[in-house]
Amino acid sequence: MLNNETTALQISRRAFLTASGALLVTVAAPLEWAEGQTTSATTRPPLKGDQLDSYITIDPDGTVVAYYGRIDGGQGLETAIAQMVAEEIDVPYERVRVVISGPQALDMGGASAGQGVSLSGMLLRRTAAEARRLLIEMAAAALAVPANQLTVTDGVVHSVSDTTKRISYADLIGGRYFGSKLNWNGRNGAATQVETPAPLKRPDQFKVIGKSIPRKDIPPKVFGQMEMVSDVRLPGMLHARMIRPTVAGAVPVTVDEASIAGIPGAKVVWIKNLLGVVAEKEWNAVKAARALKVTWSESRPNFPGNDRVHQYIRQAPVIKRGIQRENGNVDEGFKQAARIIEGEYEYPTQSHASTGPGCAVADVHADSATIWTSTQKPFGSAACVADLLGLPPEKVTAIWKFGTGSYGRNDQGDAAADAAVLSKHLGRPVRVQYMRYEGTGWDPKGTASVNRAKVGLDATGKVIAYEFISKAFSRQDTNPREGDAGDVLAGHLLGAPLHPNPIFEIPVASYTFDHGRLGWEIVPALMERASPLRTTHVRDPFGGPILFGSESFWDEVAAATSADPVDFRLRYLTNPRDRDAVRRAAEHYGWQMRPSPRNDQKDSDVAVGRGIAFRRHFDTFIALIAEVTVHRKTGKLDLLRYVCAHDCGMIVNPQTLKHVIDRQLVYGTSRAMFEEVRFDANMVTSVDWATYPVLHVADVPAQIDIVLIERPEAAPSGAAEMCLGLVPAAIGNAVFDATGVRLRRVPFTPERVKAALDRASV
Amino acid sequence: MAQELTLQVDGRARTIEIDDPAMPLLYALRDELGLINPRFGCGLGQCGACTVHVDGHSVRSCVTPVRSVEGKKITTLAGVGTPEKPHPIQKAWIEEQVNQCAYCINGWLMTAVELFDRNPHPTDAQISAAFAPLICRCGTHAAAVRAVKRAAQSV
Repeated sequence: MLNNETTALQISRRAFLTASGALLVTVAAPLEWAEGQTTSATTRPPLKGDQLDSYITIDPDGTVVAYYGRIDGGQGLETAIAQMVAEEIDVPYERVRVVISGPQALDMGGASAGQGVSLSGMLLRRTAAEARRLLIEMAAAALAVPANQLTVTDGVVHSVSDTTKRISYADLIGGRYFGSKLNWNGRNGAATQVETPAPLKRPDQFKVIGKSIPRKDIPPKVFGQMEMVSDVRLPGMLHARMIRPTVAGAVPVTVDEASIAGIPGAKVVWIKNLLGVVAEKEWNAVKAARALKVTWSESRPNFPGNDRVHQYIRQAPVIKRGIQRENGNVDEGFKQAARIIEGEYEYPTQSHASTGPGCAVADVHADSATIWTSTQKPFGSAACVADLLGLPPEKVTAIWKFGTGSYGRNDQGDAAADAAVLSKHLGRPVRVQYMRYEGTGWDPKGTASVNRAKVGLDATGKVIAYEFISKAFSRQDTNPREGDAGDVLAGHLLGAPLHPNPIFEIPVASYTFDHGRLGWEIVPALMERASPLRTTHVRDPFGGPILFGSESFWDEVAAATSADPVDFRLRYLTNPRDRDAVRRAAEHYGWQMRPSPRNDQKDSDVAVGRGIAFRRHFDTFIALIAEVTVHRKTGKLDLLRYVCAHDCGMIVNPQTLKHVIDRQLVYGTSRAMFEEVRFDANMVTSVDWATYPVLHVADVPAQIDIVLIERPEAAPSGAAEMCLGLVPAAIGNAVFDATGVRLRRVPFTPERVKAALDRASV
Repeated sequence: MAQELTLQVDGRARTIEIDDPAMPLLYALRDELGLINPRFGCGLGQCGACTVHVDGHSVRSCVTPVRSVEGKKITTLAGVGTPEKPHPIQKAWIEEQVNQCAYCINGWLMTAVELFDRNPHPTDAQISAAFAPLICRCGTHAAAVRAVKRAAQSV
């Protein structure tokens, strides 16, 4: 290969076969290919949605680099994205490297609603196809073969008829850039879209998509080699711990620095209401946090407590209401009804409770800052830090690292903001690690809700009117995008303006009735600033609360009309994919048509039942059947079996998808059976794994069967949070089938189940 | 007062300076020796993310004073096996594709390795008892059990 530019230019921009048969290619130039549309450039064009190089580049050795501007929360996105890109650009899967967020990638919206594959994977697929098209054009010029007579095998463009006429991607453009413009929609984040002339491959052409390739990230995790955000070490870095009040709303009044004088290197940082300690050694920061004597202002938050929070919500004024969907004339429908049935369901406050509490490193200089974070919104977190520090947004870089599973907008963004404030103040890099109590005590949480449902039936038992209203605290008291100083604790403590967004929303249900209304009502936050009960998105923010209500209620209506729960649902579902999900789950389970409850186990201490729940979440269709044993004397539930039929369109990696569904159903079981944030009048009292109980190995469902419904022709629609919200209703419906007793409050602890059984028996 | 202390970690003698003999082993491994695999999860011995072996037994390094393990054989996940020479449990873990985020992986793998090294063919009840104290928020519990059974089949 020539490396002398002058010589190369003299020879021309073509590839030659030497006498010995070796491929000789000239690779000099930021010059235009004679017959191509692109200009290959030696420097990468600035990151922008209309530049192909923002999405795909080729390394000097021919490795294809895909810039994935989201994150991986543990679902194996790195591998799925590599498969989608490898498929379209025609290189072996191993030769795709995925860059996850960071300064080299466009913001594609962070983690959200399974959009990693459905939006960003598809975006990268399109751009990979476009890159392939351009590479073929370049090769046509280089080989003097018309583009329509060229094809690509494993990253080498060659003539269809004469395979000696060939040139590799590395030789065509390795280490340089396409410099090619795309037809971009001008939007950023999750809304980024491009149109490209290159067609996507058809499912019958797939070689990589649809293969169960093992995940790239698992071996380094298994061998203890995966550097996560908590492992980032910078020269001169200080370790920090934050100091939080034991009564919500209290702020520091006096801080006794002498109380930590004996701890080597320990130092207090106190800015407005933000209080932390730092030390050169991490253990000394922990000790200083424990030893520091602080007097706090008096605060009386007067929280209702978790036991009374639903009563509080019921009685609280509504500050905003929304109608998600309304059809027909609902009030008129109820007037015409021969029979009305109503049901109410309570969902608790839940924490992300990530295994690792928030951790981040920040290095702030006078005019720029870098943060290392595992947040699911790294670009939002960078914008938040810029806002907090008063830096221009482009001067703050977020480097994303693997970290603990986040399950929504957890406390990682708060940690990054704290680290940035401390680093700016101290002029040194700072690593903040939250302690366990902060992981559940201070993370932004999923709101408690009261979900009310009502139907009107005509004389034949047909549903003619339906109303479903969720009443709750806002779902976005803290914006899950966390792109603003008001979205993090540090901003709250430093007096940043707050922008709570009173919103709840109800996912659109698939069932159709003559008259329907889905709506929501928001009650005021319990504490506006620096609340340990700040609310935000927890994984599947719409699912758990609403589906527990609606899918339990449909079971209630089916039972009230002596209908089989599967048959009842099918009466009101018209979309074939909706119906298929329900039918495939029922078939696989071996569902016998009959109404619930069974009524043949009344004299037994142990009763077995089955329950189904269904949802459509965006364009993913899921039905879940649970089979449960109820121990009447103790209220304990044994989870015997789940069957989940799952249709998320085109499947990129069946094995990884099955694992995502399997693990997610276990996680959903923890939320349904165990999880509730406890709080009293003053403070959150769930501060460790004893006071925020979660599922352990003995509590896992004994059997989980997953039925993947294959739709290779349908767009992929996401899977990362689609099935977990069905778990509470499926279990609750199974308990009803077994016992005739309806569970109306999550989590289903033995005490609560026992109380429900006892109430029903008097 | 700074004191010197020698730890035997993954087959190597490592001397560190500490100013508090009560410092938990976790901070010695991470902060002093720069190891990245034992992780901080709770600092209370409730989750297992910090698990290492001391003389072949799983301990929670977040609540084990560093002075108490001086002279003992400490093994971290990185010392259990390598990609070239994986422990049968690590091999099974990869084949089973157990993990999601894997923040908790130390507790599960170190517990499984200890169990397997003592008894390569544990019963379901023995596996469940060994894993009983461990937290995983991603829901990999059953997959971890399957990996232990897979490893059992390999010997």
